Amino acid sequence: MPTTASAAHSLADVTASNSTLSRFLHGLPGVDAVGLEARAASLGTRSIKTTAKAYAIDLAISMVDLTTLEGADTPGKVRALGAKAVRPDPTDRTTPTTAAVCVYPDMVAVAKEAVAGSGVKVASVATAFPAGRAALEVKLADVRDAVSAGADEIDMVIDRGAFLAGHYLKVYDEIVAVKETCGAARLKVIFETGELSTYDNIRRASWLGMLAGADFIKTSTGKVAVNATPANTLLMLEAVRDFRAQTGVQVGVKPAGGIRTSKDAIKFLVLVNETAGEDWLDNHWFRFGASSLLNDLLMQRQKLATGRYSGPDYVTVD
Amino acid sequence: MASAFVYAPAPESRAIVDIAPSYGLFIDGEFTEAADGKVFKTVSPSSEEVLSEIAQAGSEDVDRAVRAARKAFGTWSALPGSERAKYLFRIARIIQERSRELAVLETLDNGKPIKETRDADLPLVAAHFFYYAGWADKLDHAGFGANPRPLGVAGQVIPWNFPLLMLAWKIAPALATGNTVVLKPAETTPLSALFFADICRQAGLPRGVVNILPGYGDTGAALVAHPDVNKVAFTGSTAVGKEIARAVAGSHKKVTLELGGKGANIVFDDAPIDQAVEGIVNGIFFNQGQVCCAGSRLLVQESVQDELLDSLKRRLSTLRLGDPLDKNTDIGAINSAEQLSRITSLVAQGEAEGAERWSPACELPESGYWFAPTLFTNVTQAHTVARDEIFGPVLSVLTFRTPDEAVAKANNTPYGLSAGIWTEKGSRILAVANKLRAGVVWSNTFNKFDPTSPFGGYKESGFGREGGRHGLEGYLDV
Repeated sequence: MPTTASAAHSLADVTASNSTLSRFLHGLPGVDAVGLEARAASLGTRSIKTTAKAYAIDLAISMVDLTTLEGADTPGKVRALGAKAVRPDPTDRTTPTTAAVCVYPDMVAVAKEAVAGSGVKVASVATAFPAGRAALEVKLADVRDAVSAGADEIDMVIDRGAFLAGHYLKVYDEIVAVKETCGAARLKVIFETGELSTYDNIRRASWLGMLAGADFIKTSTGKVAVNATPANTLLMLEAVRDFRAQTGVQVGVKPAGGIRTSKDAIKFLVLVNETAGEDWLDNHWFRFGASSLLNDLLMQRQKLATGRYSGPDYVTVD
Repeated sequence: MASAFVYAPAPESRAIVDIAPSYGLFIDGEFTEAADGKVFKTVSPSSEEVLSEIAQAGSEDVDRAVRAARKAFGTWSALPGSERAKYLFRIARIIQERSRELAVLETLDNGKPIKETRDADLPLVAAHFFYYAGWADKLDHAGFGANPRPLGVAGQVIPWNFPLLMLAWKIAPALATGNTVVLKPAETTPLSALFFADICRQAGLPRGVVNILPGYGDTGAALVAHPDVNKVAFTGSTAVGKEIARAVAGSHKKVTLELGGKGANIVFDDAPIDQAVEGIVNGIFFNQGQVCCAGSRLLVQESVQDELLDSLKRRLSTLRLGDPLDKNTDIGAINSAEQLSRITSLVAQGEAEGAERWSPACELPESGYWFAPTLFTNVTQAHTVARDEIFGPVLSVLTFRTPDEAVAKANNTPYGLSAGIWTEKGSRILAVANKLRAGVVWSNTFNKFDPTSPFGGYKESGFGREGGRHGLEGYLDV
């Protein structure tokens, strides 16, 4: 298995200064928006049926980062979420567990207890999620807090203001500092693609994140108008594919926000399969940041198994 | 660990289309046998299964059809444009309603993937009829002066690569302008034209306005040579186009020809690489490369050649070749044994001349006519595969150093139908497009069609334009 990204790869010198980094990022091939969206739409027409659908639904369930990121989160809510992640469908024990539950740092300890012994990871957003508008020290304290409470994974947000102002090295340094603070926890770097706005920016942010040591690159927080789309996820899959080809380092991808149906999730898996390739068809390398998606996957799974739709009252609401 | 995501078969049902065991000629609103009783078989190129037996029109039938069209011309051309438009709108709507049936039919008879017939051919066919329906009552404002007149009877000969779409390109503008037509579909793909005949009846189109005569080249030759034909429209090979031009020389027949091509797809070093790769794939593997405007010559700036070819090869390895009715198939069958043997021999010649051949690992079905997606590298302007139209899934890769060299190489062909430019620099797109001698130049895309956009060639790619306002001119006495 490829090792975690580090500055040891062939691109180490591009981060020597903001101007070298800027030149490198602006030298990446441009993205033609029309062409990118057309390609994503065309892969969306793949028809995934019968055995392929069963495979895809189980794979998608196993890739869900079951998420609750509300001001109103309580220990009770998080415990329910944890139970759901461990046993998504109480009527069918063959259902895979989700990959992780994703919560705020102060809920990590509760989540950890709820999923103990199940293999389900606990991911925590940190770094002044979702805006990322705080001093670096505050962000690092946020991360330390989550890690010490037992988080297996940290979902950080980048400083979009710095990125859009062209202060790429500042963004880079922050990611490096967070990565260091993470210790053994895997780091997901959220770009908030809806705020970066252009595909060129998303490609640049992807490379910036990977250069800084991201274990995952992630589209969005789920807190803005435009979150994961097939096109921005396709673009990030191209980036991880190209990054591995150039450095040997494999980085994961996590689209988050707005993926609600099995049909959508399967389209994303087709994107993975035909862009990054089958090495990414594993929850170590691809995740869905979602909450309502899981129940739709479960209903579709029941439909495939029994031939009938049972309806929303036959899956648990947590 | 990761496991393979194997797509289960997802075939479109063929139950939606009911193909009769035999079909007649469509003359004067009726299906009829050929005068000499001749028939031929049409097969499905992906399986070699015989689909139906078709009446083969001879010169006597051509004469009968032209007379029917002549008889219908008087009343049809006298109708107000708004009335003709109603028929065209009706035809367009019926095509939309029957689009799944027609898509399956076209895929069966032609061999192209259902994905293409469903998402490209059929929507464009309907769009073409809708578009020209809109012109029918606005001809006074089309830029040809007041009250432009139709020509009379149009003799139209179409190819097998886009059977129903080429029919639409021919029939829609002809009817909108008040002409009547006799159309000969290709011998390997007659079915969708015969289904169209049924649609004409369903739409209540007056008898004789549209006549369909399946047959081989001799049928087409008889139609083109018929003294009472006023207009000849042909889409097909340059060789046949030249014969037609000779046949009509000295007559008063108006002619439009849409012939072969050897389109250059030019990729500059600042191109959006991933989208360029998609455009290259679409340019040469759309419809198995059996497209007159295919981007069959890839001109890539030498400095990005390796990177681009790596990406392109990786992408070709994901193409799915197989059952054209499967909704996940990207590459279907070659249309006929004859076309397959032409592709095979040109590819053999490419190898013999020293070009380097590459194909992804690709299993070909046992029955039917198939050719794996193929790349030739180390190709120069002197290679046959860089000069001759292959009309198959075969891409020749050449390099250039400067924009001037790219333009010189792109234009260095007897053809001039299409070209593509890939660069993130807008000024370069405009500068290069101005210098390319090609009827259509796509920038940062390829093989995009729209009924509002005129299409046609320079040099040996033909003359006249189809589509758009320009497409009216070939059917008007202006």
